[in-house]
Amino acid sequence: MTHHFPALLIIVPLLSALIVSAMGWINRRWCFPLAVAALSGALAISVGLLTQVMATGPIAYKMAGWSPPIGITYVIDYLNAPILVVILAVALLNLIAAKTWIEKDFSEKIGAYLALYLLFLSGMVGIVSTGDAFNLYVLLEIGSLTGYALIGLGKERAPLSSLNYLFMGTIGASFYLLGIGYIYIATGTLNMADIASMIPQLAESSTLFLALIICMAGLFVKMALFPMHGWLPNAYSNAPSASAGLIAPLTTKVMIYAMVRLGLTVFTPQFTFSRGMLSEAIVWVAVAAIIAGSLLALMQRRLSRMLTYIIVAEVGYMVGGFWLGNEAGVTGATLHIINDAAMTLTLFLAVSAITWKLGSDKFEDLQGLFGKMPFTMMGFVIAALAVIGIPPTCGFFSKWYLITAGINAGQWAFVGALLFSSLTNAVLFFRIFEIAFFEPFATGHGHHDHGPTFSEAPLTMVVPLIVAAISLIALGLYSGDIVTKLIQLAIPAGIA
Amino acid sequence: MRLLALIAVILTGGLIIFQTGAFPDFGDANAPANTYLSTYYLEHGQADTHAPNIVTSVLADYRGYDTMFETTVVFAAGLACFFLLRRKKVPGGEPRIYRHMPTGITLRIADGGKLPAEDSEVFRRLDTEFVPQQLIIKNTCRIVIPFIQIFALYVIAHGHYSPGGGFQGGVLLAASIILYAISHDLRRAIRRFSEKTAALMGSLGVLIYAGTGALCLLMGANFLNYKALAPLLGVDAVMARSHGILIVEIGVAFAVMAMIIWIYYNLSSAGKHDEGL
Amino acid sequence: MTDLLPLMAAKYNYWIYTILMMTGLYAMIAKNNLVKKIIGMNIFQTAIILFYVSIAYKTGGTLPIIMEGGHGGGHGAINAADYINPLPHTLMLTAIVVSVATMGVALALAIKVYRQYGTLEEDDINHQIRTQAGQ
Repeated sequence: MTHHFPALLIIVPLLSALIVSAMGWINRRWCFPLAVAALSGALAISVGLLTQVMATGPIAYKMAGWSPPIGITYVIDYLNAPILVVILAVALLNLIAAKTWIEKDFSEKIGAYLALYLLFLSGMVGIVSTGDAFNLYVLLEIGSLTGYALIGLGKERAPLSSLNYLFMGTIGASFYLLGIGYIYIATGTLNMADIASMIPQLAESSTLFLALIICMAGLFVKMALFPMHGWLPNAYSNAPSASAGLIAPLTTKVMIYAMVRLGLTVFTPQFTFSRGMLSEAIVWVAVAAIIAGSLLALMQRRLSRMLTYIIVAEVGYMVGGFWLGNEAGVTGATLHIINDAAMTLTLFLAVSAITWKLGSDKFEDLQGLFGKMPFTMMGFVIAALAVIGIPPTCGFFSKWYLITAGINAGQWAFVGALLFSSLTNAVLFFRIFEIAFFEPFATGHGHHDHGPTFSEAPLTMVVPLIVAAISLIALGLYSGDIVTKLIQLAIPAGIA
Repeated sequence: MRLLALIAVILTGGLIIFQTGAFPDFGDANAPANTYLSTYYLEHGQADTHAPNIVTSVLADYRGYDTMFETTVVFAAGLACFFLLRRKKVPGGEPRIYRHMPTGITLRIADGGKLPAEDSEVFRRLDTEFVPQQLIIKNTCRIVIPFIQIFALYVIAHGHYSPGGGFQGGVLLAASIILYAISHDLRRAIRRFSEKTAALMGSLGVLIYAGTGALCLLMGANFLNYKALAPLLGVDAVMARSHGILIVEIGVAFAVMAMIIWIYYNLSSAGKHDEGL
Repeated sequence: MTDLLPLMAAKYNYWIYTILMMTGLYAMIAKNNLVKKIIGMNIFQTAIILFYVSIAYKTGGTLPIIMEGGHGGGHGAINAADYINPLPHTLMLTAIVVSVATMGVALALAIKVYRQYGTLEEDDINHQIRTQAGQ
């Protein structure tokens, strides 16, 4: 059975989504346990795959038994095996943490909600593990469509934000589809490895170069790279708390994975980085994204909105690091996919717990939070330190690689932007610590003169948050291993 | 904004058109796209799957995994529309209009008033935006609908030999129910084909597809490799592929039919299922 | 300019799809009404479908339904140039389904937006949001 793991990884969430959706009409109490069981199973399978890959090298799985160029292949290698584990772990932790939210917000439609949740996940897992360029598009649409629905039932402006997200997402996905069409015109195939094997003969093809630009442009829209980031802050900050913790850590990161996969495995690094002008231009856009994201984050007065702009800046880190085109940059970008998913999850879980207790995440409502919710704030502080990039946490290590890459490439603007962003993040988070640490000042009414009472969020929220926070430190401590045993093996030859 | 959009669009379009100079001509049989994989499919498709319609064999067998997710996309859209729109109780309440059939008098009953039984023959419920029902339209539809459904079954079953298959047949089946809803009214269509039926049938359809794949896996072959079903069906490997295609097409038809109808119910009544076309 | 005309004649399919695609894109960016944007989105997606289907065409080719040969036979008897390319058609079946599904979800969201603001004009909606924030 173990050699069927790549297929099972998708089938388990997919089949359980169907069963959960049917259960929603028969017996609603079974939906949640089924979803948790399915995700735990999928997580176990992904861990199994990771150990298999580390022991025996990349695994290829032929869907329907047809060999690569004819049929669809799934490839699990050093690049995507760790990312799969992270995706499933994020989804499981968030699902447990969101239990109370789901029961409160969607009690009647719990079957549909959890089915969409699981379908979203099978889309994300599929994007990461597929070895077929067109199959990636289909899975991209599964992930997006369910994402629009998961966001659309949120607070205030959620339907409008979700509709705007849908417009931008469709433009992005359609451009990707068009790019695949151009690749198909030039090569006649859709299999990633097969395309890569033809690239050397077509190195001068302008069609293929345009295909690269169009595919990347599509993915940039989907990952909300700076000038195209407009949809992200509204969509994520108005999303229901249960969905925000799933979509915010995963969607942008998976799109960045798709970019890395296309750049390294499909177009091969020799071709991707062959036009210096393009790489240079994209790095400059990334620099703009980092600076703009950080500045816009400074202007926000709500915790969740601030975090969404930090995501915009983080996208700039990874895009810039990758397009520097040297080994440290690609390593840093890939490592940061994993780290950033974990950091974003922790932050959003903390915000979800705070919103649960306070009913708001505006800065002025956070006063005295350290006394009131010490465990939640502990998780928040660790995540904040990781985002700023303080050594024992994982954020430091990926940022270190990215800065090294910038120095090696002589791209000082990128180094400067990274340092600037770290500084802004420090300002952002210390401002919140200050508000949350000091007890509310006694007002004229004498209303607030007693200390804050201990009133923590439910255990199902706090435990996943603490687990996520600990994982940030664990990822930091083991980041040397992750880089030498996985990521460096994933980087093909030909990168300086 | 409009000018900016126009400039951006013209620039992008110009770039794309400029590049087409390097593309193969329209109808060029020797273009890379038309020679490499497609030749394999055309030459081996029928021998491999016993389906003369190569589009079907590529769709449901060579790239059957894509098609499974294609069905899932429809399923996800149906779920999404339900999740976003469906409202059990309309806040505020709206008046309802009934017609007393023997006399032809129309009654307007405000929210909270006493309502006649839902299936009463004496009082018939009308939509608030009432359009007199046309006898000719109603009866024409009543006659046409069975033929549409029979044609749909033909399209599903004949997908191996002619253009058609699960998606097309499923949409036709859905169209017949939607035609019924348009020519009569939504409530009566829902009484015939309820929301719960649609939801369960959609899950069942995708389950047939994914379950066939999982069955192949249990029989020891790769996911969706219908060859493994040969011992179960009592035929050789090629015919097993052919039968496998038919089974998944039926699953697709179920899912597509149910989901299109469900999406229609939710969109046309804005989630109330109470009034609408 | 003299070479442009034969170039256009030989590759007119690309011109048509590009013009259609840009029409859709323009509607998505510049139109004010949300339903018009959804229509633009559909034109945009259809243009790409047209592009794929047009690259599958071979002059003189017919539908990819094999006419000669029975069960297991037909090896070598089939001339691939006689039939148009089946692969893009298969891919576009998927893309069509995706575009229908996207349209369904988009309309559902548009209904929700209308229910919330009572209008589908983006200007009016933004105005309402701004006045709410101002209060």
